[in-house]
Amino acid sequence: MAPIDYPQQAKESLLAGIVALALTVPMMGLRTTSGQDGMVIDIRMGDAALTTLGVAVGHFVISLIRQALQQRSPKETKTEKSARLKSVAIWIGWASFAFALTLPVTLNLTENLGLHDKTRYYLDIGILVLTYVMLGWGLNIVVGLAGLLDLGYVAFYAVGAYSYALIAAHFGWSYWVCLPLAGLFAAFFGVILGFPVLRLRGDYLAIVTLGFGEIVRVVLLNWYQFTGGPDGLSRIPRPDFFGLPFKRSSSEGETFHQFFGLDYSSIHRIIFLYYLIFILALITNAFTLRIRKLPVGRAWEALREDEIACRSLGLNPTNTKLTAFAIGAMFGGFAGAFFATRQGFISPESFTFIESAVILAIVVLGGMGSQIGVVIAAAVLIGGTEMFRGLEEFRMLAFGMAMVAIMVWKPRGLLANREPTVKLHGDKEAKP
Amino acid sequence: MEYFVQQLINGLALGSIYGLIAIGYTMVYGIIGMINFAHGDIFMVGAFGALIVIVGLGAVGFGGAGVLIILALLAAMLIAAVYGWALERVAYRPLRGSFRLAALISAIGMSIFLQNFVQLSQGARVKPLQPMVEGGFVVMEKGNFAVTLSYLQIIIVVTTVVLMAGFSLLIAKTPIGRTQRACEQDMKMASLLGLDVNRTISLTFVMGAALAAVAGMMFLLYYGVIDFFIGFLVGIKAFTAAVLGGIGSLPGAMLGGLLIGLIETFWSGYFTVEYKDVAAFAILVLVLIFRPTGLLGRPEVEKV
Repeated sequence: MAPIDYPQQAKESLLAGIVALALTVPMMGLRTTSGQDGMVIDIRMGDAALTTLGVAVGHFVISLIRQALQQRSPKETKTEKSARLKSVAIWIGWASFAFALTLPVTLNLTENLGLHDKTRYYLDIGILVLTYVMLGWGLNIVVGLAGLLDLGYVAFYAVGAYSYALIAAHFGWSYWVCLPLAGLFAAFFGVILGFPVLRLRGDYLAIVTLGFGEIVRVVLLNWYQFTGGPDGLSRIPRPDFFGLPFKRSSSEGETFHQFFGLDYSSIHRIIFLYYLIFILALITNAFTLRIRKLPVGRAWEALREDEIACRSLGLNPTNTKLTAFAIGAMFGGFAGAFFATRQGFISPESFTFIESAVILAIVVLGGMGSQIGVVIAAAVLIGGTEMFRGLEEFRMLAFGMAMVAIMVWKPRGLLANREPTVKLHGDKEAKP
Repeated sequence: MEYFVQQLINGLALGSIYGLIAIGYTMVYGIIGMINFAHGDIFMVGAFGALIVIVGLGAVGFGGAGVLIILALLAAMLIAAVYGWALERVAYRPLRGSFRLAALISAIGMSIFLQNFVQLSQGARVKPLQPMVEGGFVVMEKGNFAVTLSYLQIIIVVTTVVLMAGFSLLIAKTPIGRTQRACEQDMKMASLLGLDVNRTISLTFVMGAALAAVAGMMFLLYYGVIDFFIGFLVGIKAFTAAVLGGIGSLPGAMLGGLLIGLIETFWSGYFTVEYKDVAAFAILVLVLIFRPTGLLGRPEVEKV
């Protein structure tokens, strides 16, 4: 291995800095603001210079680290790496399962010990991360297993949330009746939307699903009588614990804390919601793991690998894709119903394209088809950005950067796992 | 009739803007086979570039709207071109030849990044600009409804036509265009024959970005307000235009842009303004279902 060529590196970093200067001087250095008469320019070259310096130094450091890493690590073979990753993934999987299962207890204990006082805050983040894990697992069926690029997944999330909110508000049925209905509605939508478009492939499918996602949002925004338009729907019924409401007192019978003889605390409802989404997510996971071993799951994977071969072997691609689309949509709908009941308020604001992009990013960054990868990606992206709430305005900036950086660093995702569940000759490596 | 003619004029002006952006999509798709998801944001950066230059030169007392517009146009093209180049360098080149979805995700990431970057550096509020080109012809008049063709609309359409013509010539006749077409047909073969594929792809992004900046400037002048989020919707519509015309085809992009512009204007003129975005997306879906190659596209041969 050649030694690191420092002057060459420095030259490249300098170039990166010059480009950064060209990028930042007009956009950052000259800020347009509204003055007394029309727009005026506010000169802030300091910011631009600082960013440029950051880019040049960052470029230098990162390329040095990359070269050092390349020189040090001996090359593993692909099989070794895949085996190692697999065992790591299993460990991470069980560890995160245990962590998620005990999180409310741990938080409560540590709060009692006086280590922190934000149990509710951390639980809220936990719920958020788990919601995205569930959405990621749902989308993973569509993108990871069936290989259909869906950029409008949020449409199903929205359909689930709105159908839950409307059914619960109009008919007054309990959460446990409305939840499956919301999922069914979303699946129905998946079939309706999927039927005409699933013959398209790749990027075209991506754009059409994106278009559908936007159509659903625009309709929600403008169908005022039905969806409340931009005001959204509020006062969505909260879930109850199998008939026991989480209230201080209820006129219609016992409440949760009275039944169990506990002191009233608002945290009970949060803990319940936490475990609710935890279980919903686990159901999604178990479903996916099982269905991969069923004929339809195998058909999805086969279709992802080679559509033409599948067709010549007599699989009906449209039906197979449609099942994937509908099942993915159903889980999106469940997650949407959960979202509606947790928030108590929904509006089209929550279902923008950026949500679809975030969910897709979770699936792809985690490594398509990898269930654990989704968990890691959701924890990093959602939990990570949530931790930086203090730097509110830089949050999405960092989010976008992280998406680019992870993709450039590991194009197949953090835990790439695209091995087919079954192989004809088990010892050979599957074609990527 | 008068109303119809007025809508037709408005639609053509809007369609020209979409067409200019659609060219960027179609060229990038033609050469690397990917949707440049951040192209709409490059358009937005171009619009901001133009705004900054107009306001900046206005502040130092630079007179003459005509010269100002030309200078702003050139500067916006330059700024957007640098952004386009950097976009390709950062988000696409490291991922070339790797797995397709990866590039799409990194482009989406770049799009989020650019939006937030501009939001942070230029502020989240909408930026108004005083009209710079006023007046126009009255084409026909009936009662108290006058059909006007504003000078600005003429500028937009003429600029677009000139750029389109120049651009078609560039692709058809010059060495740059030949290299580009060669890379589009077979990148590996082109590189074996000694063409600099990396440079050609960069150049494609740069040219697309420059055209998007022109569109951004026109958008700024036409509507008078911009914000950091305009790139998303306009980008999607321009992509629709590219697909409608047949992706990979330059005249197709222009035709698609004009059609989308006309459809949107007529829809808002005769039906409802609220659902005008739905109209554009519905057209996209219908075209893809019934004519996936677009109006002027070549059918794609499926190979095993």
